[in-house]
Amino acid sequence: MARMKFLCDADRCIECNACVTACKNENEVPWGINRRRVVTLNDGKPGERSVSMACMHCTDAPCAAVCPVNCFYTTADAVVLHSKDLCIGCGYCFYACPFGAPQYPKVGNFGSRGKMDKCTFCAGGPEADGSKEEFEKYGSNRLAEGKLPLCAEMCSTKSLLAGDGDVIAQIYKERVTKRGYGSGAWGWQTAYRESIAI
Amino acid sequence: MLIKRTERQARRSALAASLPGQSGSGFDRRTFLRRSGLAAGALATIGALPLATVRKAEAAGPNVAGATIRKNFCTHCSVGCTVMAEVSNGVWVGQEPGWESPINRGSHCAKGAATRELVHGDRRLRYPMKLVNGQWQRISWDAAINEIGDKMMEIRAKSGAESVYWLGSAKFTNEQAYLCRKLAAFWGTNNVDHQARICHSTTVAGVANTWGYGAMTNSYNDIRNSKTIIFMGSNAAEAHPVSLQHILTGKEINRANVFVIEPRMTRTAAHATEYVRIRSGTDIPIIWGMLWHIFKNGWEDKEFIRQRVYGMDDVRKEVEKWDPAEVERVTGVPEAQLKRVAETFAKQKPSTFIWCMGATQHTIGTANVRAICILLLATGSVGGPGSGANIFRGHTNVQGATDLGLDVTSLPLYYGLDAGAWNHWARVWEVDYNYLKGRFDDPKLMETSGIPSTRWHDATLLPKDKVAQKDNLRAMFIMGHGGNTVTRMPETAKAIEKLELLVVADPVPTTWAVLSERKNGTYLLPACTSYEVDGSRTASNRSLQWGEQIVKPIFESKNDLEIMYLLAKKLGFADSMFKNIKVEGNLPSAEDVLREINRGGWSTGYCGQSPERLKAHAKNQAKFDIVTLRAPADDPEVGGDYYGLPWPCWGTPAMKHPGTPILYNPSLAVKDGGGTFRARFGNEREEKAADGTVTKVSLLGDGYYSKDSEIKDGYPQFTYGVLKKLGWDKDLTDAERAVIERIGGGPDKSDGVAWSTDLSGGIQRVAILHNCIPYGNGKARANAWNLPDPVPVHREPIYTPRPDLVAKYPTRPDAVQFRVPNIGFTVQKAAVDKGIAKQFPLILTSGRLVEYEGGGEETRSNKWLAELQQDMFIEINPADAAERGITDGGWVWVTGAEDSAKAKMKALVTERVGKGVTWCPFHFAGWYQGVDQRAKYPKGADPVVLGESVNTLTTYGYDPVTGMQEPKATLCQVRAA
Repeated sequence: MARMKFLCDADRCIECNACVTACKNENEVPWGINRRRVVTLNDGKPGERSVSMACMHCTDAPCAAVCPVNCFYTTADAVVLHSKDLCIGCGYCFYACPFGAPQYPKVGNFGSRGKMDKCTFCAGGPEADGSKEEFEKYGSNRLAEGKLPLCAEMCSTKSLLAGDGDVIAQIYKERVTKRGYGSGAWGWQTAYRESIAI
Repeated sequence: MLIKRTERQARRSALAASLPGQSGSGFDRRTFLRRSGLAAGALATIGALPLATVRKAEAAGPNVAGATIRKNFCTHCSVGCTVMAEVSNGVWVGQEPGWESPINRGSHCAKGAATRELVHGDRRLRYPMKLVNGQWQRISWDAAINEIGDKMMEIRAKSGAESVYWLGSAKFTNEQAYLCRKLAAFWGTNNVDHQARICHSTTVAGVANTWGYGAMTNSYNDIRNSKTIIFMGSNAAEAHPVSLQHILTGKEINRANVFVIEPRMTRTAAHATEYVRIRSGTDIPIIWGMLWHIFKNGWEDKEFIRQRVYGMDDVRKEVEKWDPAEVERVTGVPEAQLKRVAETFAKQKPSTFIWCMGATQHTIGTANVRAICILLLATGSVGGPGSGANIFRGHTNVQGATDLGLDVTSLPLYYGLDAGAWNHWARVWEVDYNYLKGRFDDPKLMETSGIPSTRWHDATLLPKDKVAQKDNLRAMFIMGHGGNTVTRMPETAKAIEKLELLVVADPVPTTWAVLSERKNGTYLLPACTSYEVDGSRTASNRSLQWGEQIVKPIFESKNDLEIMYLLAKKLGFADSMFKNIKVEGNLPSAEDVLREINRGGWSTGYCGQSPERLKAHAKNQAKFDIVTLRAPADDPEVGGDYYGLPWPCWGTPAMKHPGTPILYNPSLAVKDGGGTFRARFGNEREEKAADGTVTKVSLLGDGYYSKDSEIKDGYPQFTYGVLKKLGWDKDLTDAERAVIERIGGGPDKSDGVAWSTDLSGGIQRVAILHNCIPYGNGKARANAWNLPDPVPVHREPIYTPRPDLVAKYPTRPDAVQFRVPNIGFTVQKAAVDKGIAKQFPLILTSGRLVEYEGGGEETRSNKWLAELQQDMFIEINPADAAERGITDGGWVWVTGAEDSAKAKMKALVTERVGKGVTWCPFHFAGWYQGVDQRAKYPKGADPVVLGESVNTLTTYGYDPVTGMQEPKATLCQVRAA
């Protein structure tokens, strides 16, 4: 089976935030929850670079390792999903995640957290593919429709790539070879324990 | 693994055949690859990869749960991205990438990817409203149109037709824009304008006065061919994000040089090969400084200049004044850096120059544009792939709305305002010229430019005798135009209060509704967005795209076409205005309006783009090449066409001209979209030498011509008379000849009927039959003798931080322009005398954020976008912030140099701006001088995010040629709040 990954080519990312609003649009994500965001380093200085970040769907995901109720599971495509029915909103995964992916709606006083929400690689959740319940809890299931996450599909400069890890790594390698520079596949070492050698 | 470009070409058509809709169910390999975000062109090389691992999916394509796909175009900038809407039961339920579009290939920016929210309409205006003693009340459409119409007629009777101002929109479709101009003509005024005034009016004037037409010469896609790219006053990464797809790909493939010349290190600069920091408002010294090196070292294209340019020697004289020391003294750019930029631009070709508001929004905007054009001419960088003046425009259809005459200086399609122009359109409209003349207060004003939108407040507030028409402005009818995008907002606030009638037709209430203390006489009409109407839009590259209505107008909102029809009916001229346009219910047919444009649009080549052809293009998007934008010659529906039939698309639709992807490109035959510079400025000019001798100098091309031209030299524009002289009139059909002779008034009186006024299209057809371009083959002008500064001259901003330079580089003398006085010189002198630069030591400049657009009312009402930018802010350098005790994220008061203006906002302390410079986004409104005006919006129609407008702080200053305002170089002071 394919191993799904994200790759953000920081030499192409212009911080246009299309990925962020595409995610909102596709998954009807409410105000205050950001499954994806764009982080800019050296903002306003020479060497400024931006990277689009969300759940990277890690190999041996640290969120799953710390979850006290075992709500995480990895799909056959290596997408890391979770069950909101099981989630107790404890927030451990937030501390474990190297990418800051888990988000929590504020549902009550005293800072109590609701069920964790994060990027699903547009692959829904445990409910039946394409069902109303799945959409309400997790948003779209594009993967089941034969489509990739909308954030990457709508990326203005084709900076954010999503899909089979081997394929997107190959695309990235070719780009770097052709243009002669590349700042690396950001986050890959942390998420997938590998980098792209060129 | 290296990529072979030959393979890339070979596989393109195979890929096109597999685009969505035809790809069947699930993940086939190609769909998968494409959806991985890979450039379509580079796909072929992946063929050898093992892909057996891809999961087989069950569900079919995009049509989940019976949704249908409808195609329209994003309204937020001029790139023209395809929006693919999934519609279910009349509701827009999802957006899919428009992979087939050669322009955006599925991509969007934050705004395009969030555009569905606009039509969900949480914050949209739901029904017509009226202000009654300071309270908003719901009224019916009938009542609104009746009351507005009655009041207009009352004002007309009392103050004259010219007292009603029609402010149209760059978000109109072409059909809406054209109809708005026609409405103003039938009402009897030239006071009709739109956003182009405040964005690229100076570009249009500067470029058209140089080589013929006021538009981008090439296309976004064509920048893929460039080897050297200069951005000056353009932050495309935020203002036109999807254009960066082409630019960055080109940069990678060609290892292109990318220079960004700006007062601010923008997000675009972050992706440049070199960033050049300049002082705001010193564009001409930079360009002349570059040319100084180019001329000194002989890097100019001498043959190009000889054959195709008039007056370059006059430029040399001006350029000599700008030696490196003076350039550095004025702009701050060191010699070595500018020399490097100049040498690269002149030698590593093709070179293109991209500019936007940073160059245009100045008191010397037209001169800035002209200087850039001259640089392009001197280096021979116009009229071929990878070169050209790539002017990125700001809205979906600001190019189209400009073309169609939402402009105080012209009827549709640049015919101007003289009797010939009015007669041409009277013939197209089939109305009597004298009827139109009778609609005006004064026949002289019929041929006089109106008041630009930048000066509407002055025309309302100045003493009556200072405004060169019967009375002040008394009514504003505003369709899709923000109130906070015009400078000097304290004046705007006062003027709004003085109006007798204010009508705002817009999807949202806009700043107009809340800025003043008005209590009555204000109407809000809910217009629908462009996604709720059919019609064509002209992208920056002059391609027309036909968008289809995605959903019916929501709530009680109406199509602007319908609003204009209802108003025309009320005002009593609907029958003659819509004589040749079918009206169903109260909705005029967009197709019929476009056909009428086709019938009159000869001057700009808007004659060949019939609704049928444009619809075929929308349907066959996948067939167009991503670099050349051309479809294969053998395609049955769009064979040989360029995408969107970029104007000029000559002749009648039946002639099937393919459009012109690159203007003035002599390497193609005219029938394939080639051309030459336009012979627009006469055939020869008398030059007076110092000793009084007069020589006649030809303005026609010298020994150059477009491919296959039967005339192997320059030639004048084509008229019936010229055809006769050449003996080519025998190629006209009898029907064409009859039309020409009818226009001329008889067989022997018709020699003057030209390619632009011949309603049969015969003259164009015959010229092109002989591979000649209808508008003639002329020289571009380095010296544009009809402009205030025929050769651009640097002039300091009105409020300059360098008062020491004002004596040497003063602004132009006071004058009356566009019916109102322009007292820039007096204001500049007073500022210097009073030492304003000491009291307000920081430069204030403004610009765009990626999340918002224009005045921002619409985008700030979109919750997905609003979440990303919740506060108005000012960028300030760490050194300036430290001096003032300002912390990052803290509140500050910013004060402006006029009207004791002040504004409260947050500080963003950043090195993005240099010391002594501040920058603000211009999209905010809803706070005014520290006061939150949220309560003044109609309930539920307040934008999610409000903030101070930067234009509360901006100041006096107007370009003499177009009335352009000065929001890019003024002064301010900042203190911690």
